[in-house]
Amino acid sequence: MSEQTTSTAAPVSTSGGGADLHIVDVTKRFGSFKAVDDLTLTIPAGSFFALLGPSGCGKTTTLRMVAGLEEPSAGRIVIGNEDVTHKKPYKRPVNTVFQSYALFPHLDIFENVAFGLRRSGSKDVRNEVEAMLELVELSTYARRKPTQLSGGQQQRVAVARALINKPEVLLLDEPLGALDLKLRRQMQIELKRIQTDVGITFVHVTHDQEEAMTMADTIAVMNAGQVEQMGAPMELYENPVTTFVANFLGQSNLIKGELTGKTGGDASLLVQGQRMAMPTARVHSERDEVWVGVRPEKMQISRAGTAVEGENSMAGVVTDASYIGVSTQYLVKLPWGQEVSIFSQNLSTEGPLGAGEDVVLHWNPAHTFALDASQDADAGAEKVEGDE
Amino acid sequence: MTITIEERREQALAALPPHREPGFWARTNRWIRTHLVQFFAAFALLFMFLPVMIVVLFSFNVPAGRFNYNWNQFSTIAWTNVWSDDQITSAVKLSIEIALVATTVSVVLGTLIAFAIGRHNFRGRGGINLLIFMPMATPEVVMGSSLLTLFVTAQLEGSLGFGTITVAHIMFCISFVVVTVKARIAGLDSRLEQAAMDLYADERTTFMKITFPLVLPGIVAAALLAFSLSFDDFVITNFTSGQAVTFPMFVWGANTRGIPPEANVVGALMFIIALVVVLVPEVVKRVRKN
Repeated sequence: MSEQTTSTAAPVSTSGGGADLHIVDVTKRFGSFKAVDDLTLTIPAGSFFALLGPSGCGKTTTLRMVAGLEEPSAGRIVIGNEDVTHKKPYKRPVNTVFQSYALFPHLDIFENVAFGLRRSGSKDVRNEVEAMLELVELSTYARRKPTQLSGGQQQRVAVARALINKPEVLLLDEPLGALDLKLRRQMQIELKRIQTDVGITFVHVTHDQEEAMTMADTIAVMNAGQVEQMGAPMELYENPVTTFVANFLGQSNLIKGELTGKTGGDASLLVQGQRMAMPTARVHSERDEVWVGVRPEKMQISRAGTAVEGENSMAGVVTDASYIGVSTQYLVKLPWGQEVSIFSQNLSTEGPLGAGEDVVLHWNPAHTFALDASQDADAGAEKVEGDE
Repeated sequence: MTITIEERREQALAALPPHREPGFWARTNRWIRTHLVQFFAAFALLFMFLPVMIVVLFSFNVPAGRFNYNWNQFSTIAWTNVWSDDQITSAVKLSIEIALVATTVSVVLGTLIAFAIGRHNFRGRGGINLLIFMPMATPEVVMGSSLLTLFVTAQLEGSLGFGTITVAHIMFCISFVVVTVKARIAGLDSRLEQAAMDLYADERTTFMKITFPLVLPGIVAAALLAFSLSFDDFVITNFTSGQAVTFPMFVWGANTRGIPPEANVVGALMFIIALVVVLVPEVVKRVRKN
């Protein structure tokens, strides 16, 4: 069979596709365990949406309910205008890229990719498959078996096999989890490019915050079956609303403080006897007891005695300095015993400050955020890297 | 106080103990240690195949007396005349007929049982698993005699023969089929079936296109196993056969008055057929790959 006919192959549709995906009040129980707890999400058509969370947070279960591989205990799932809550997987306009690809080992690459088209009775299977293999740059591998391909190639076959059916929604379940770091970065860019090309709604499940931030335009951070916060990557990182998000997405320094007043757009704080300011819009607490949060790279570190006008500041002693080239990571002990971390760019020509030096930490009030102090300051901090 | 890389290397080499080539005994010792496994493997294979080679060899013999135990003279007479002996021919025919029926029935039933046990959770699954295992664990003599008792109790004593042998064979073959197919089902990734359903295949199509083709090698292996077990069985057959004579029974009976070389020919043929069945798919696979 000739594989050289791809030049005549019809191009894969690049017109915008996809439909809104609504998850409405969905709960999934396994025995007494609630994997997904009254979840409501709307994912707009054509977006690249990431469900981010630690293992066991319910993100994969949510995805499987959308695919039809699990049935919700309560609630509804609507794609476009169609309620698919209790539909069989093969009657839904969605396709899935499985975590370990789940390629059919007894079929070659061509037949793997053609599987969905053959079921839906497409007339031009051959040209469509060839065009799709071209898109993922695997034309020459059409007659190989999955086991004869590398991990990255198998991953692309899995994407092609799902994408060729032009689903309204493409579901990706930790699609890059089995790849090594370098290949993963490469595939992230690749997937993002494909999504932009085909314009289908992508829902991407991952525990890797960097992966979610690189690829998605909207991220929902999930914890214990619920969405903690949803928004653009920058919004989530710069302005987290819960301690879980503050810790799970990057790192945060959280210091006990008290809200003392709000005047116009500004709020004033009392932190260990020291007055500080911040924008009211970044206060995410009903109570006056708050965690005052600052990202480590937003804090600046200077020798004690440096004047810092118009900035929030506090004194401390350096307990550890790790020089890592692009930056130096400091641990600074505050007078009440708490340690905070600071990522400092190596702009000084004198080299980093040493352990034991008295310093002053200061930051722009606009970088401060305040969270409800009843939340666990360590929530989401214990991330497990690697595969689930 | 900088030194070049070459100087550094010189210093490092000087600090090492002097290099010595290993002596003859050291090398011999090492050769034996690295090749010991191969030696034992070759020995084990020889041990396994020597009897088969003897069978094949003596199929070309012309026995001097009644017994085909001593090498006398090379001849292909037994091979050309193998089907001229009516007794051998009818015994082989009966054995093949029984084996075919027993294999077909036990593979169908066994595969269905394997799917039930391997794929579904139901009350009494553990107990059934154990029951399936029983025929394999029971000594054949015990099973053969109990079967005879059963047939006699059921007043089938007069009609012992093809039917009773086949039923007995189906019974013990099923166990082996279930165990073999179940292992294959257990190794099947259920996500493959989910992926098929996700790609618009309904339950039936998923089974036909994914599940069945992936379990098929296990079913084929089970069928080969069942066939050879049935063809080969003597003990249970002897109890349940009545007047019928299968090939193993013929060989057993002939043993007292001297087994003809034709029996060796049948044995050699069975071995060759088994070899072909196992090797041909491998060869086809290799050829396709290139």
